[in-house]
Amino acid sequence: MKTAVIAIVFIAFAVLHQDTWNWDNGNLVFGFIPVGLAYHAGYSIAAAIFWACIVKFAWPTRLEEWADGAD
Amino acid sequence: MTSILAAAEAAPPVSTTPLIVICCYLGLLLALALFSGRLFRGTSKDFFVASHSIGPFMLLMSVFGTTMTAFALVGSTGKAFQKGVGTYGLMASSSGLIHAACFFLIGLKVWSIAKRHGYVTQIQFFRNRFESNGLGYLLFPCLVLLVVPYLLIGVIGSYRVMGPATAGMFPELFPQAGLLNGSVPPWLIGLVICGVVLAYIFAGGSRAAAWANTFQTLVFMAMGVLAFYLISKALGGVAAASEQIYPGHLVRTPGELEVAAKSGTFQREIGIPPIQFLTYMFIPLSVGMFPHLFQHWLTAKSAKSFRLTVIAHPICIMIVWVPCVLIGLWATGVFNTPPSGAWPGPVISIMGSSDDAGVGKVLSVVVKFLIEHPIVAGMVTAGILAAIMSSLDSQFLCLGTIFTNDIILHNKPKDKYSDKQIVLIARSFIVAIVLLTYILSLVLKNVQNVFDLAVWSFSGFAALTSLVFTALYWKGATKAGAYACVIAVAVSWFYFFAKAGWGGEYTVFSSEHRSDDGIMPVAICFVLGLVSMIVVSLFTKKPSEETIRKFFP
Repeated sequence: MKTAVIAIVFIAFAVLHQDTWNWDNGNLVFGFIPVGLAYHAGYSIAAAIFWACIVKFAWPTRLEEWADGAD
Repeated sequence: MTSILAAAEAAPPVSTTPLIVICCYLGLLLALALFSGRLFRGTSKDFFVASHSIGPFMLLMSVFGTTMTAFALVGSTGKAFQKGVGTYGLMASSSGLIHAACFFLIGLKVWSIAKRHGYVTQIQFFRNRFESNGLGYLLFPCLVLLVVPYLLIGVIGSYRVMGPATAGMFPELFPQAGLLNGSVPPWLIGLVICGVVLAYIFAGGSRAAAWANTFQTLVFMAMGVLAFYLISKALGGVAAASEQIYPGHLVRTPGELEVAAKSGTFQREIGIPPIQFLTYMFIPLSVGMFPHLFQHWLTAKSAKSFRLTVIAHPICIMIVWVPCVLIGLWATGVFNTPPSGAWPGPVISIMGSSDDAGVGKVLSVVVKFLIEHPIVAGMVTAGILAAIMSSLDSQFLCLGTIFTNDIILHNKPKDKYSDKQIVLIARSFIVAIVLLTYILSLVLKNVQNVFDLAVWSFSGFAALTSLVFTALYWKGATKAGAYACVIAVAVSWFYFFAKAGWGGEYTVFSSEHRSDDGIMPVAICFVLGLVSMIVVSLFTKKPSEETIRKFFP
């Protein structure tokens, strides 16, 4: 279930990356950042939040114990 | 409003202060890295993977510093100047998502397997996972051949930065025609840059690289922000600077721009075609297979060390790329300053260059003409060099590591070489690869745009990521499937690389009007590799139970 939710959110991120609605928009946000750049800067922040949630709720703790085990 | 042209016309007399600042920076870097070399424990494990001792912050800085190179600073500014605002979405925002995914899904798992079984290179991992020595010999040339262009863009990038930055400083000592008259020549720049990197890698291996990368990453991030502030101030503030952006560069709509050059006019393709924007998302997958990043992952003290890297990487990318892209966009303002025929020589020769190599110099030209204080200009240029060198060191080290472990030590009895001898072999190979890179960079210094050459290197690694992903997550991935995957990727990549004229911008099924409105070759190479792996694995002998137990905890 957890994996499915993560996969769906990840795919949603990939789709949102295309932002076709901004393609021809040459306006400036805050008077100096082009819309296309502001959107993708916000996207970077959203991606960081997404990965923070993954680290918080889906971290594979078992891997570390396994890595420290003898071969 | 002050324009770049006005600043160029009013350029102050050439001062050597920026160069002195850069030399001080290189000296400081060398001192820090050599100090960290004193922490070197003398073992091969410490030389190759810092004895798995690197904590979260240094891991973030070294991984981020390694992925940001001439490509990120020099290339992004040049590409934004050339193509427009879509440059950020094209690579930076998708990288924030996909790089972190690779660190989480590939890096973390590879770290745990490598730590448990004692691997220090990718090839060791693949040889054991696919129960094949031959696969290592097939992968070795592929990895080396893909890292070499990546190394070259770093060294060539330093020429593109230092040439304009030192222009006019030594007209009698280094006379040459055009804008670069009196600049420090490439042979000397390369000698110093390669020499500094070699010195600290030689002394302390991956531990010195991690320390140096941390320092350099902090420097280039801080200097990037400083450059952004000073350049915007010189242009009358961020709002005034953005007002002069050429309108066609504010959107992603594909179009053409008539650029006036000294020898007449030419058409420059601007904007990003949608299909290219979509298929470019495959490029960031390259971090899944970078051998130098693999080595950085293995330096991590624990799995928890990855947490900060996974979360903060997209933000770090944003901090570096947004200012660079804006600076590139602001530089398009030169097109709005009529009459074009009156542009001063230095600006026309670079900003209006039909030569792609000229576009790669945009950042250093803007820094040179707009940052008036020579000490600050030197600091900003040092920051750009920091970004370049923080990748070079890891790449030199990784090539030495894979040559030593996968070619020299492979299949030899464990006691054939002492630890000291192993470190000596690695150091010798690193010296050889630095020398080779230096010579090649001088021979090829005038080749394609830095950004495009990097994309070809990234494309090869990204396509090979299908190999590592299936190796980690599919028990049914077989030795024959791995061979098929590598061969399919190598052949398709080489085919497209040749079609592109050995390094230019190229897309598949592009129209007659543009070269970039087709599918990125990486998407096809990746799919071919993945399909080859799946199809061949389904019909060939599965890995042994022992191997499955070893690699699938």
